[in-house]
Amino acid sequence: MSVKATIPRNRWAAFSLVPLLGWLCGALIAAILERLAGTPLALALGLPKIPALFGIDIMLKKPLLVPNAMLYSLLIYALPVAVVAGASASLTNRLAARLFGFPIGITVAIHLALFYAILHLWAGVSDYRTIVLKLTLIAVMLTLSLNVINGYMGEFSCSHPGFMALGAYCASVFTVGLFVDDRFFGAVFIPPVLGPFLFPIALILGGFLASFGALFVAIPSFRTRGDYLAIISLAFLFIVKSLIENLEFVRGPRGLSGQPDWADLPTVFLWAVLCVWSINNFVRSTIGKALNAVRDNEMAAGAMTVDTRRTKIVAFLFAAFWAGIAGGLFAHVLRYVNPSTFGIQNLAEVLAMVYFGGLNSVYGSIVGAVSISLLGEALRPLEIFKWIIIPLLLILVMIFRPMGLIAFKDLDVRTLLRPKRDPGGEM
Amino acid sequence: MPLLTVHKMSHDFGGLRAVRNYDLEIEFGQIRGLIGPNGAGKTTIFNLLTGIYTPTEGEILLDGRKINGFPTHRIASMGISRTFQNLLLWRHMTVLEHVKMARYSRIRYGLIGAFFGTPKRHKEEAEIEGKAYQLLEMMGIRHLSDQVVLNLPYGAQRRVEMARALAAEPRILLLDEPTAGMNPEELVQIMEIIRRVHGELGLAILLIEHRLKVVMELCRRIQTMNFGEVIAEGTPDEIQNDPKVIDAYLGKESVI
Repeated sequence: MSVKATIPRNRWAAFSLVPLLGWLCGALIAAILERLAGTPLALALGLPKIPALFGIDIMLKKPLLVPNAMLYSLLIYALPVAVVAGASASLTNRLAARLFGFPIGITVAIHLALFYAILHLWAGVSDYRTIVLKLTLIAVMLTLSLNVINGYMGEFSCSHPGFMALGAYCASVFTVGLFVDDRFFGAVFIPPVLGPFLFPIALILGGFLASFGALFVAIPSFRTRGDYLAIISLAFLFIVKSLIENLEFVRGPRGLSGQPDWADLPTVFLWAVLCVWSINNFVRSTIGKALNAVRDNEMAAGAMTVDTRRTKIVAFLFAAFWAGIAGGLFAHVLRYVNPSTFGIQNLAEVLAMVYFGGLNSVYGSIVGAVSISLLGEALRPLEIFKWIIIPLLLILVMIFRPMGLIAFKDLDVRTLLRPKRDPGGEM
Repeated sequence: MPLLTVHKMSHDFGGLRAVRNYDLEIEFGQIRGLIGPNGAGKTTIFNLLTGIYTPTEGEILLDGRKINGFPTHRIASMGISRTFQNLLLWRHMTVLEHVKMARYSRIRYGLIGAFFGTPKRHKEEAEIEGKAYQLLEMMGIRHLSDQVVLNLPYGAQRRVEMARALAAEPRILLLDEPTAGMNPEELVQIMEIIRRVHGELGLAILLIEHRLKVVMELCRRIQTMNFGEVIAEGTPDEIQNDPKVIDAYLGKESVI
């Protein structure tokens, strides 16, 4: 009786029983398949090469190839993922249950390793994919850190590109100055072999410089609530930008180049994971929840022993720190920075990611950052029309989901990784 | 030495003297009532005691120590906790999160714990959660702990506020019209809760209330205010028969 009752009635319901592990296995198979059979299949379908971003770019450039590109995506991605995830559900459920027995750290590490393997295989197809992926991961860090201020704390900060610039320049000066034989900064100071090990120090220094800069915004603007932060932080953004433009020491508006190639995919991935982990930790602790209390009612927060000013400053500095780290990585991914990168355009993009994905939400930030960055890349062939479509999407989201796609949802690792079905049960 | 002493406290809003020469002495375990018509300055007194406003004149002593001018959160963590007349809850947070939040000043794991999720943090959070559940149990709203407060009925929201105020482990609890907008059934329940809180935790309670029935039943001593001044102080019986109180509430008797 009960067996019959639990059999899913339609085909799609079967997929709701697939644990995350199952989806990851499916994606891994798809990524391997693409490495093995991608090129022949693409050529057979009349595509010039393996479609870089799920065929959207090809479809936009040559509308005649739409069915072929879609067929490619179906055969390489959709079908294998669905088949493997669906077919292996009972196996992966059992595996997930077994993994769940281990300490949570090990379980998470295994899932992350699997996830990284997928990304590595997928991105290994072309350099273009690698760089898009790196920039997407950096966008996730930026969006999430901005969400701490604009979502969790409910203020409106415009200075994120400024913090990013501080981080980028600080890390670049550190690495170019010490490890590279540079016309400006002189000869190599420390053998570059040690570089990759000292790279985290460069990034963290950049993060701290960004936090230090944030202090100048935080101290005057958190005396009161209101629009002060928006105005002061916007001013800060311009101050940082014109400061760098006028510093001959970092080559002013010509920009700083020659950063060593240390921000490879594993490094960026690891930092992104660290960022998501620590921010998620923070916003789920009672200390972090105080941000929500301050946002929803500051007077009540104060009356309930919450030091509102300290809470706001700490969160602001913490967010700036991660923006600084993201900036440092950004500089080393592109291996060139110039001050005009960190302007209003960049601010608009990050804000769009935050509000598109969802306020007060870790999931939302990830979804927002990934979808807007991938969309931005995929719609590149449309040129100027890209800047009509993306804002249009934003407007639609604002109309139908004013808080963003996935608002008010923190990441709970346990619910994410748990098996979807009890293996000891009747099924 | 009394727990809380207020000496000749006055407060001006611009040219308006909202509170004039207010005096109060409250000992451990007392329940005091504060009544008066709307606009008499009762809530202003609460705001002065909790540091939301700083008194223009006079002093507030907690354990003999002057606390006027201290920031709100500091006064709260020193043991003065309150509820609000118009329910200041955090609309996006759950009941449990509300109660946990009031223990903010007692958290010892610090920022390192918050950022990196250390074992110390998990232990402390679990302790806080345990205490929060006890309080919710006491208020009879444990089953609502996962709910976002916005979805709760009014009476339950009042209880959340009370549980939150108690989680800060106050020695003095300021209740600002705890029965406002309640039906007779809820009224009886909330009075029962106030009595229990007083009995079990031995707090000093200062109560603003409009319903005379509640104040008369709960308080031994009552102050009556009008236009920022205390016009009468005494036992419920004395207050009830004081002509000035009757005037303040009902207006002067006039014969046409």
